[in-house]
Parts: sequence; C-alpha cells; structure tokens
Amino acid sequence: MTAANTSLNSGKVALGGPLTRFLMNNPSTLLFIGLLALFTIVTTLLGEGLGIGVVSTSMVKTLGKTLCFCLVAIAMDLVWGFCGILSLGHFAFFGLGGYMIGMWLMYARTEIIVLKAGKAATMPMTPEEIRSAVGEQIFGVVGGSEFPLIWAFADSLFMQLLFVILVPGLLALVFGWLAFRSRVTGVYLSILTQAMTLALALYLFQNDSGLRGNNGLSGLQNLPGMESTPQALVSIWFLWASAFALGLGYLLVKLLVESKLGNVIRAIRDDESRVRFLGYNVEAYKLFIFVLSAVIAAIAGALYYPQAGIINPAEIAPIASIYLAVWVAIGGRGRLYGAVIGAAFVSLLSSWFTGGQIPDIQLGAYRIQWVNWWLVLLGLSFVATTLYAPQGLGGLFDHLSRKKGNPDG
Amino acid sequence: MLRILLTSLLLTWLGASAALAQTPASPSGFRELLQENFKLIQRSSVKTVGPLLSAIRDGKFEQGAEFLSKWEEKDVWYRKQDNRLFYVKPNAAKAYDLVDIETGEVTATAKKGDLRQIKPNSGVRAMLSAALVEFRLASSDPNIRRESLESISRNAKPEHLKALREAIAVETDADLKTRFGMIERLLAMQYGENTEVRVSAIQSFKESLGLEVRASLNPLLSTSIQHADKLPSGINLARVIVPGQTVLLDDGTTRKQTLIDRLFDRNVEMTVDEAYERLAGKNGLKEVVSREQRDAALVDNLDQGRVGGFNLADLDNENARNRAYRALADAGKVPSSPDGEEIADAVSNHVFYATYDESDKSVTDAARDTLGRINMAVRWNTYLDLFLDAISLASIYFLAAIGLAITFGVMRVINMAHGEFIMMGAYTGYVVQQFITNYTLSILVAIPMAFAVTFAAGVALERLVIRYLYNRPLETLLATFGISIALQQLAKNIFGTQARPLTAPDWLDGALVINDVVSISWIRIAIFALGTIFFAGLWWTLNKTRLGLETRAVVQNPRMAASMGINPDRINMLTFGLGSGIAGIAGVAIGLYAKVTSELGSDYIVQSFMTVVIGGVGNIWGTLAGAGLIGILQKLIENFNPSNTLAAQTYMIIFIIIFIQFRPRGLIALKGRAAEA
Amino acid sequence: MDSLLEVDGISVTFDGFKAINDLSFVMGACELRAIIGPNGAGKTTFMDIVTGKTRPDTGNVLWGEKNHSLLKKSESEIARMGIGRKFQRPTVFEDQSVEDNLMMSLRNDRSPLRVLFYRYTQEDRSKVLEIASEIGLSNSVSRLAGELSHGQKQWLEIGMLLAQEPKLLMVDEPAAGMTGDERNKTVRLLKRMASTRAVIVVEHDMEFVRNLECRVTVLHEGSVLAEGSLDHVTNTQEVIDVYLGR
Repeated sequence: MTAANTSLNSGKVALGGPLTRFLMNNPSTLLFIGLLALFTIVTTLLGEGLGIGVVSTSMVKTLGKTLCFCLVAIAMDLVWGFCGILSLGHFAFFGLGGYMIGMWLMYARTEIIVLKAGKAATMPMTPEEIRSAVGEQIFGVVGGSEFPLIWAFADSLFMQLLFVILVPGLLALVFGWLAFRSRVTGVYLSILTQAMTLALALYLFQNDSGLRGNNGLSGLQNLPGMESTPQALVSIWFLWASAFALGLGYLLVKLLVESKLGNVIRAIRDDESRVRFLGYNVEAYKLFIFVLSAVIAAIAGALYYPQAGIINPAEIAPIASIYLAVWVAIGGRGRLYGAVIGAAFVSLLSSWFTGGQIPDIQLGAYRIQWVNWWLVLLGLSFVATTLYAPQGLGGLFDHLSRKKGNPDG
Repeated sequence: MLRILLTSLLLTWLGASAALAQTPASPSGFRELLQENFKLIQRSSVKTVGPLLSAIRDGKFEQGAEFLSKWEEKDVWYRKQDNRLFYVKPNAAKAYDLVDIETGEVTATAKKGDLRQIKPNSGVRAMLSAALVEFRLASSDPNIRRESLESISRNAKPEHLKALREAIAVETDADLKTRFGMIERLLAMQYGENTEVRVSAIQSFKESLGLEVRASLNPLLSTSIQHADKLPSGINLARVIVPGQTVLLDDGTTRKQTLIDRLFDRNVEMTVDEAYERLAGKNGLKEVVSREQRDAALVDNLDQGRVGGFNLADLDNENARNRAYRALADAGKVPSSPDGEEIADAVSNHVFYATYDESDKSVTDAARDTLGRINMAVRWNTYLDLFLDAISLASIYFLAAIGLAITFGVMRVINMAHGEFIMMGAYTGYVVQQFITNYTLSILVAIPMAFAVTFAAGVALERLVIRYLYNRPLETLLATFGISIALQQLAKNIFGTQARPLTAPDWLDGALVINDVVSISWIRIAIFALGTIFFAGLWWTLNKTRLGLETRAVVQNPRMAASMGINPDRINMLTFGLGSGIAGIAGVAIGLYAKVTSELGSDYIVQSFMTVVIGGVGNIWGTLAGAGLIGILQKLIENFNPSNTLAAQTYMIIFIIIFIQFRPRGLIALKGRAAEA
Repeated sequence: MDSLLEVDGISVTFDGFKAINDLSFVMGACELRAIIGPNGAGKTTFMDIVTGKTRPDTGNVLWGEKNHSLLKKSESEIARMGIGRKFQRPTVFEDQSVEDNLMMSLRNDRSPLRVLFYRYTQEDRSKVLEIASEIGLSNSVSRLAGELSHGQKQWLEIGMLLAQEPKLLMVDEPAAGMTGDERNKTVRLLKRMASTRAVIVVEHDMEFVRNLECRVTVLHEGSVLAEGSLDHVTNTQEVIDVYLGR
C-alpha cells in the first residue's frame, strides 16, 4: 500500500502486461474489484429484474446509488487524501454531471410524449412546433416555454454525455486555475470551494437559470424509448453501469496514485513549497488532480441521478459536499478503499436511520426517535472519529491486516 | 375639450355669483335657508343652483356638508303636503322616519306615498361635489380640511382647483397650508387655466422627490403612437420611432439599438412586423396571416391528403407549409400573406412617431425637464438609501463574522459551528422572552445571557475538541462541522422546525424616514449601533488591555509568545469563548429581524467566511473592511437586478473568488513572517 | 563576466521594516561561499529572493551566462533553471521512501503528464543508488524517510539537491543539530560539491565556516557589511562591532 512497496515492486521482473503486473503487485485492488463484481452479481441474482426477487427494486436503486457515492468518494479521496486539497464543493461537479445527463433524459422523454400527442393533429409537427411544445412541457412550471441557450444540444445524447465531462471539468479548470494561481491553500481554499458550490446552487435556484429553478429536473428514471422496460430491469442496468464505473475509477485512480505522479501529489500534500523548490509546478499538478477528480465526480453524478429520478439545486448545497468529506474522513482518507467503505457505510447507515427502520428507544419520559437523533449521532461520532481515529475505518483495517503480517493492506 | 369645459364651468360660477348678488339670502337658520330656496332645490339646474350653494358656504352651516353630500347622493326627500325637506330612514313599521336636516333628529314618520325624492341631474351633482369639497375645505375643523384635501389628491378633478385656491387664502394652519399649496400646484399642472400657470406649477417641483409629484407628472407625458405618410407639422411630437432600430430610453428619448442594448436585453420599441400590423388592412396592404391561421387554412383546404400541391405527410416543416399556403393563395382559395419585402416596403413608406397626449408643448417640455431633474435626484437618493442599506447589512455581517475572525486570527481555526452559535444566541433571546414579557427588558437581559451561553459553549468546544486538533486546521474544520450538524439537529429536536419569534420592543418598530426615497428601519439602526459598540469595544480590548496584548502576541508569533510567559492555552480558550460569545449576541440581533430557526446560523455562515477571507485575518479592521465591502457589493448587485437576490449572491461569490486573485491575503493583511505562520 | 549569479541593489520592506536594503552580491560558477550574519541580518530573506519565494521591491537578480532576470520567475521555474535550496529544518517527504524522495528529485521532465506516464528506467535507478551511496544511505533506500535520524534526513535532503543537479546550491545552516562527526562529513561533502558547482552556505557557526575555507560575506541589517576571507572579515572593525559590541 505504501509508496515504498511500489518502488521495490518496480524492480521485479515483469510478468504479462503492465496492468496484470500492477494488479498482481496490488492484491488489494484485485480484491476490491473481485468483491465489487461479486456484489453486483449477487445483487442481480437476488433482484427483481433478472433474479429471484428477494431484493426489491428500490433497494437495488439504493445500492446502485451507493456505488455512485463510492465513486465520488474516490474522487474526493484523490483530491483531499492524496493531494491535500480539502474541497468542500465536489457535489457541484457531481450535481452538474447529473444535470447534464438529466437535460437529455428530460428532453428526449418529453419529445417522445409530445410526438405521441402530435399524432392526433392533422398535420405532422414541424421541428419548431416540437421544440416549442417540448419547451412548454419542460418550462411550464417556471412560467416559460423558450429553450435557454444551454439546452441547445439537449436533443443529442452524445453531446450531453460530452458535457457531463466538459462542463464540470471546465468549471473545475477555471475555478482551480484562479484559486491555485493565487496560492490559496488550506482552510481558505476549502471555504472558497464551499462558496463555489453555494454560488452554483443559488444560481440554479432561480427560475430563470434555465434549469427549472428549484423544481430541478425530474422523471429521470424513465429512459427515453424504453418506456416498456420495467424499472426492475433498468435498475439492474444502472447497478452494473455504476459498478463498472466504480471499478474502473478505482483502478485508474489507484494506478495514478501509485505512479510517480502519485508520489509528487503526496509530496505536495505534505510540503507544498518544498516540492516547488524541487522544480515542480505545484499549481499545474493541483489543477490536474482537481479537474480529474471533478470529472470523476461528474461521471458519478451522471450515473446517480437517473437512479434517483430527480435532481434539484438543493443537491448541490454546501452541506452535501461536506457530507462527502465526512464519508471520506470516517472511511479513512489517503487509502482508496477507505473512501469506498466510508461512503458506503455512512450513506447506507444514514438511509437506514432516517428511513425509520430502527425502532425508537423509550428513555423514561422521552422517546428517542432515530429520525430526529441520527444527525446528532452522526455529528458527534464524526467528532470522535476526528479526535480518536484520524485514520478512519480504513486505518482500523490497516491495523488489523498489519497484525496478520500482510504488508499490503 | 378640457379647456372648453373649464371655461364653461368658470362662466357658470361667474354667472352664479352675479345671481347671488341679486337675491341676497337673509334667513339665519339652515333649515330656513333651504325651505326658502325649496323650489331651487326641487328643480335644480346648473344655471340656478349656484347662488344657493354660495349661500350655504358663506353661512358656514355645520350641517351644510352632510346636506350637500346627501343631496348629491339623492338621499334628500320632501313631504308633499308641506314641501318640507328631510332625510329619510326606513323603520320597522314599513314606513319612513323623517330626519330633520338641521337637528338630525327623527321628527316624524311618513308613508312612502307621502314623500318624494329629490333627484338632481348630473350637472348639478358635479357642482354639488365641487361645492362639497369647497365646503369641507372651508370647514372649521382642520381634520375635515385635511381629509378632504387628501381625497382631492387621490381623485383630482378640474373643479377642485378653484375651491383649493380659495381655501388656501384663508387657511391658518401652517402645515396644512403648505400641503394645500402642494396639492394646488399638483392640480394646476394638469388643470391650470393657462400655459404659464401650468408651466410654473410644473417647474415649482424641480427640487421635489415625491412619488405623488412623479405620479402627477407622468400622465402629462403620456404618449400615443401614430403613423403617417410623412411627419405632420403642428403636433406635439414626443419621438420618431424607426421600426426595428430605435430603443426607447428611460428619459423618453430614443437611440439606435446598440450592441450593449442587445446585451442588456433592451429591445427595439417597435419591430418591423409590429409596425406593419398597424398598417395592414388599409390602403390595400394585406393582413398578415399568423402561423395559426395559416395552419388552420391548410387543414381546411385539405383534399384527399393533399393541400397546395403537397402531401400532408410532407408538411412537417415551416418551409413546406409556407409554400403550400402560397400555392393556396395563388389559387385564390385563401387571402395571401404579405412577404418580407412587401412588409419592409410598406413600413419604410411610412413614418412612425409618438405624440404627447397633452397638446401644449411648453407644458410637456417643462414636465420632461422637471421629471428628468426629479429622476436624477431620486437616483442619487436611491444610492444614498442603498448605501444606508449596505451599511446596515455590513454591520450584520460584521457582527456575524467578527467572532469567526478572532478565532481564526488567533488560533488559525475555522469554526464551522460558528453559525450554530449565532443560532444559539437567537434561541437564547427567544427563551428569555418566554419568561420576561417586557420586550425592552427581555432584550436587555437576552444580550448578556446570549453572550454567557455561547461563551460557555465556545469554551467547552475549545476544551473538549479543538485543543486536541491544533496545527491540523482541516481536521478542526471537519470536527467543528460535526458539532455544527449535531447542534442544528438538537435545536430542531428541542424547538421544532417552525420559526420562533424574537420580538423587538415597540420603540424599534417603524423606520427613520429622511425623505420620500430614503428611510431606514430602527432595528437596522440599532444593529448598526450594536456593531459600532462591538467594534469599539473589541478595539479597546485588543489594543488597551493585557488580554489584548497577549492575544496579539499569540497572533503574531505563538512560539515566541509562549516563551515570554504568555499561556497560549489560556489565551486560546478565552479568545474562542469571546468569539463565540459575540456570535451569540449577533444571534440576538439577527433574530430581531429574521425568524429564529435552526437554520438561522447556516444562512449567515458562508457570508461570514467570505467576510473573513476578504478582510484578512488577525485584524478587526480587516473584518470591518470585509463586511463593508461585502455589504455594499451585495446591495449594489441587488440593485442591478432587484428581482433576483439569488443571482446577486452568485455574482458576489464569483466576485470574491476573483478578488482573491488580487489580494490573496485579504484587504488588510499581515505581511512578512507573521503571515506565514 | 563569468558570474553565475548577480544580485544587483535589491531592497525589500515588510510593513515598514527594511529586511533587505540595497544588497548587491556576485557569485562565480564554481565557488564556495559562506554567508554569515546575526539574526535578522536578512540571510533567509536573501535566499527567499534568489529562489523566487519573495519578490524584491527594487533591484534585480540576474542568472547564468545569458543574464536572465529571475524576478518574474516562479519558484519551480527557478529551481528548474538550476538553483537548489536546502532548508534549515530538514524537509524530506517522510511518508515516502528514500528512493522515492530521490527519484522525485532526479533531473527529469517535470510536467504532470510526463510524470504520470513516467516509467522507471535502469539508468535512473542506478543514478539514485549512486547518490544514495554518496550520502551514505545505500542501506536505507527502501526505508521511509520519516524513520531516518535527524542527520540522515539532512543528508537525504542534500542528496535530493544533488539529484536535481543544480548549478547553484543554497544551503541554510547545514550543521544545525549535527554531531561533530557528522559536521566533518558535511564539510567534506560541501567542499566536494563545490568543485563542480557553486555553493552558498548560510551559517551561524564560525568554526564550521572556518573549516569550509572559503570566501565569506557578512550581512548586517539587510546589506553587505564585509566580504573576503574569514580572517579578513573577522578583523574588520565593523564586523567586530556588530558581533561583539552590543
């Protein structure tokens, strides 16, 4: 797991391709990908779509969404755990990714509905009529019918998929360039990232933001042209897609942090100015990592929101990004599986508690309702983690595996 | 037209006065006067009623006003047997009580058949209304005079002008006299007897700011859009409109649309199509066929799946539909629609312009000039108002942020739970008000209580959590965030999710009104005062006390300070407590004008962070500058687009991110080695 | 002119305090130079300016044969141009192995993408091992830098500077916290390095400076007080006043 291993490994004789060699040298990654595959297959077999139906569709969706959270947590771990930039705005990228894919989903589906309705008319609809009817359907709630400029490519899946990467990437590039260039670091930078996501959320909250204000985009769970496919099956597809993205993301980030670049960004985390005097352009490295992790977050968001079905600006509010930091901190930052464990553990626990599935506790005259007390519990346990287990759950893992004498967590 | 009416009215009055001179009214009582003129009342006409009205006015009868208004409203009746005038009231016995006009007492009853209603015609009623105003304006009770004046100002009629002028001459109350004069001039602008009177009335408002004046000036400048082959002479021209090119500016002038106009969505006043709409249908110009009409016509002329030479299935684009329609028009089945060239030709052969509805050019010129000056003055005063608003917003941000700045400056610790301390202070205020019902007293108690509560909470947080995390600022940020969500949820569990009121004492209600444009609420003034007191107090503490000295030493060089015998632990604890305590007081202040909810703190926390970032740490002047900048900026941006405060905040944050480029350490920054600690 | 570094009349002020006051200084290509001076003389600020950390208010810093100005350059650009800096406190990356520390310092392309796709070559590896043996850490190549002793960290940092192959090396108080034996080793290392490149040593310890046997520049209140051999400067009246006559 540590850099020391890598450099020793680098001396070993190559067996097979570089990727195979990498996986052989990093059994934890292999283990992770294996577990992920197993999890996905088992869930599929138990699910309603293709399996025996023990696991409900909504549960499959929750699991799929959790995988997306794990992916965004990896992005967060890359930027915070490895590069030392505590971004409190990563959900801006996550949400933008969701918005970008949501625009296509909503447009394409509304277009199908409009075309169906248009069949009743005598004359076939003109493109202008279709567009204005779709516009009316989509923007009626905010009292408009015109398509804003940002929807110019909403009818093209390819363009919107491209935007999933480009738009958040560009935002991260511009923001990061400005922030790193002026050498804003530490808590200042964290606050600026928080301000960034707040600014974006406030902007999107307006009705004339072009993205339906606080109504957000909805009905995203319905895939255009696949109305007859049951959600039970769609949820399985998305589970697979999320799992694939998570596995790939994990592998890529792992490759990156184990490369020489990984050494440089860890060095930046530990002593930025020393790295500068070594001749590295620290700002360029930070920017690279920041943009990369923003793009990963955006991809996670683009997979998440079709499973959630709705996206609105509240999702981008600063609190969401802080929760992301909480997941990674509880899971243990600086180790990718820690981020995954943290995101999965805390988000599942959170939905379990707030879902009212935990029985209330009668404490004398007072009844503890977990729906109300979960956040208090989470807040305090988070403080405790920071104080007593700064390495998080992943640190616990490391500790146990080291005891067993396995050097590679 | 108006003038003719005015003149005729004037003449009537003159005639009436002459008639009065011929028949002097002698009786002393009001009832006698009326009975004497019974015939006049019964068959009143514009020509004859004047002298009676004058007599009523000159006799200064108290019952006069009531009588005139009842007369106008057709509530005056007379008894057939003796022609005696009464007001009537239906009673229980399906008959009428007769009310004596002079005493207002029921003197008799009568059946409906014995009574007859007096019905003045509309001309008389107008005179009655004017006379009523005059009567009221001449009333001995200043309240009635004032009331009457205000009703005139709301619903001015030409006939009021004379009454007003007469009333001014005898008015004794100075305040009222000013007001009389003002209303008189407002009326004279519109209804003055000649151009000079009107212009001078208009010009007398050059220095004014009032909404009332603007509301009276605007109708003078109302325009209507016309068109002709060429620009006629002898009209009061407001502007020439070039369709598709000129934009209308706020001051009533026009200019060609520029790129900047386009960027700011300032559209042309009239598009070519709109201009054509005005011309269509006349002089052989074809009516424009709308898209809906075209489509309907196509459907109507559908013949075996084909129309205008097109298959129905091919009509899935505009171009095809237009061509199909043209084919129909060529076949004479539908009216043809003008093409772009025809429209452009027709429009360019005409001139479009706006004329003032007011025909007198001197009046409109004067009105435009005066309105321009007023608008300019209003604009400056709006800026002043904006500035005052900004200052009060800045003092709120200052109060909210100064505690954060202190803890950040001294300990390099960002306290994410700071917003929750603000909330705690506000809830403390709310709880105090549950026990002390006198609002003034409760606020006075709440402020130190809030300080004590949040000071204790701050010290507890520092002792239990933060001191274990020194030199790990990011961890501190996260740990305090944990505290923040726990506290917020706790507040929800205790106080519920609905907003709790924190009521300000009565003497803080209302606003300090400086003029028609500038006003500022007393609560905001109080918060400003509180901010000032805190600034002064903190400045004094930091610069003149031992604690301040030690604190500054720790800010500049913690290690050196420790070696000088300063206990940084103690300083940290105290400053953290102090910072939190101030947050509590800020909470009380904010709670006074915003609702107290568990989210109160988080609404302010980001702005507080921004204030600290912009201002620079370790210096209360920095926080002051930061708060000032953010307050002013936010108000300025809001002013650009008042309907959209959300966007304002977005732009402000973008500004701050860019600002950091130029002053990464804030407005007022420490330099040298101290800054790198 | 065969000067490598030419500092020309620089001044810098912090909040009214003149940290550097019209300082001029010239270094040759293969020269060993010691800079001494009391606390607050501006030694660290001088290094900050040359390495690009602080911008002077006035003056100029020229570098190399072509006399490039260093004023507009960032720290990393200056480092890539061939100025290495060793800090007073040993700053090595404690979470990474000695080998990774050295590998990161090797004079290779430093653009992010090149670094991302960098593959270890036998050549680089032998370079690293060579440097490791030079600084006496051949046996600790795979140990974490954080596990090294204080003196070993100092050497590792010097090793990292060697790996950078700088033309000018600026060393801030290399002897601080070292045992007598380690000091002697350090003196020998510095002298050997100075045979192929320019080295500036900032030091308090007179004995250490004497052992370096080089030209000495004395700084005081932000400007050069005296320059020459150690014996020469210690006999200069102003220097005696500053050091002894309080």
